[in-house]
Amino acid sequence: MLKQCEGSHAVAEAVALCRPEVICAYPISPQTHIVEGLGEMVKDGSLADCEFINVESEFAAMSVAIGSSATGARTYTATASQGLLFMAEAVFNASGLGLPIVMTVANRAIGAPINIWNDHSDSLSMRDCGWLQLFAETNQEALDLHIQAFKLAEEISLPVMVCMDGFILTHAYERVDVPTQAEVDAFLPPYEPRQVLDPAEPVSIGAMVGPEAFMEVRYLAHAKQMQALERIPQLAEEFKQVFGRESGGLIRPYRCEDAETIVIAMGSVLGTLKDTVDELRDAGHKIGVLGIVSFRPFPLVAVAAALKNCKRFVVLEKSLAVGIGGIVATNVRMAVTGMGLKGYTVIAGLGGRAITMKSLTAMLDKAGRDALEPVTFLDLDWKAVNKQIEREKAHRKTGPVAEALLRDAGIVGARNY
Amino acid sequence: MFQVRIHGRGGQGVVTATEMLSIAAFDEGRHAQAFPSFGSERTGAPVVAFCRIDDKEIRLREPIMAPDALIIQDPTLLHQVDCFAGLKPDGYILINTNKSFEELGLADLVAGHRAERLCTVSATDLALKHVGRPVPNVPLLGGFAAISGLIRLESVIKAIEEKFSGKVAAGNIAAATEAYNIVRKEMEEAAHAQAV
Repeated sequence: MLKQCEGSHAVAEAVALCRPEVICAYPISPQTHIVEGLGEMVKDGSLADCEFINVESEFAAMSVAIGSSATGARTYTATASQGLLFMAEAVFNASGLGLPIVMTVANRAIGAPINIWNDHSDSLSMRDCGWLQLFAETNQEALDLHIQAFKLAEEISLPVMVCMDGFILTHAYERVDVPTQAEVDAFLPPYEPRQVLDPAEPVSIGAMVGPEAFMEVRYLAHAKQMQALERIPQLAEEFKQVFGRESGGLIRPYRCEDAETIVIAMGSVLGTLKDTVDELRDAGHKIGVLGIVSFRPFPLVAVAAALKNCKRFVVLEKSLAVGIGGIVATNVRMAVTGMGLKGYTVIAGLGGRAITMKSLTAMLDKAGRDALEPVTFLDLDWKAVNKQIEREKAHRKTGPVAEALLRDAGIVGARNY
Repeated sequence: MFQVRIHGRGGQGVVTATEMLSIAAFDEGRHAQAFPSFGSERTGAPVVAFCRIDDKEIRLREPIMAPDALIIQDPTLLHQVDCFAGLKPDGYILINTNKSFEELGLADLVAGHRAERLCTVSATDLALKHVGRPVPNVPLLGGFAAISGLIRLESVIKAIEEKFSGKVAAGNIAAATEAYNIVRKEMEEAAHAQAV
């Protein structure tokens, strides 16, 4: 049924349709509305046979998720930013144990400086934790990916993060098609665990593994993610059969045929990029967009195939690997090793900085002329940056950086009185 | 694409207003996208929220920098925030006030602007009268339906019924309807004055 609602609400409905048996979560912006919505559904009985467990922290949320998933219950949680960092140890354990938990990450920047706005630093900081990471472009895709995520996670026995841009998607009202329970039931079978904690048939899960088998266990986790590379496009196809729309998959090319320049990105910024590319196409630029849906596993082969006829690529990412540049860009460069392409990294939208068509147009025009720096910080205020650099050259005791930049920007609360 | 920006203060229902506007447009079969200018909003702090309406899927996610219409829920913002930044030529402006544009110090803005696209309505008074709380967002949506002709009053009423229930819904419907009629009358007077 078509509905006009908040992204968080759409995701809560999708999760409920997946018949979760345990939901445990700790509230943190911008994820809060999702678990609030689910909490209400459990309380009013519309989400039956599900236990909603209040926990005292994100570390507890993931620990409870591990416990409930190990007993064979379909388990869901959600977090963001510092919350994801706080649960980090348990996040690695969930994947190491092969437990198919589904978790929404409402992508948000990481402090310090503390910032509640959107970028991809949080889930990308967990890129090597063994979870799959799928990125939604729209609220419809966020809804759809949750349904696919449970099926994928449970088939391969690995946990899946569904990443959606905090605020930009979670707090946006837009049109979504909410499927029926019958449709979801037809797509998502009941969970049949490979391993289960059952008092009737006692086993232990989580043995200490020494050098004799540790590498093999880790390799098998990698092999499962490689298996997911094949399964993800199939699931998108099966999803289309049941629900009649395209969602998910590994990558999503847009106007890439004959493109000389291809700009690569993840998440909601793809919409703005598509509008920008339409205008650039109208002005005669041969340019396309490549959306990456599956960041983990990373689709090296599919990305290489999508880029095989272009001359250059631009990776636009909402994340920064301090000391090297891009995170997504590094992965893309591995995909195109030996292809002789020019590659550019553009860091954009950190901490909620708006990514505008105007800035994208100017940047992509420069890229098309190969006049772009190898690593560009889109819309960086160089004046503010240089002022601080000069200040640090001139004085030793310059005080905290964030406060100094806020003062320069005229933010009243940061004034020295 | 038609783009609306709403300025107000935390607690005045700015974000809810754009959400309801998007619901009203959706009810008329259109695509709509509503989103706030996210921040650590506090009661009384300046808040901005946005709504895009189109006949096709809306992919753009940037903030609205060149609005077709502005709703200003709190006139005390006029001299604190650049509410009119980027407004398209002859864009619609609806202000919650019982003063005139001239009295608000906006005589320069009025000069050369299509008069029937500049309207005021005492939305706070209407909210107090019908709802009993000084929340001007919903009556302003009634006013917006009138000034823009973009959505029907019936769709605003449907959106009110989706967001609220019982007495609150009834009060808001009465306030939105009265605001709609006030703005309609203002526009007719402006058009008449221009014709003369």
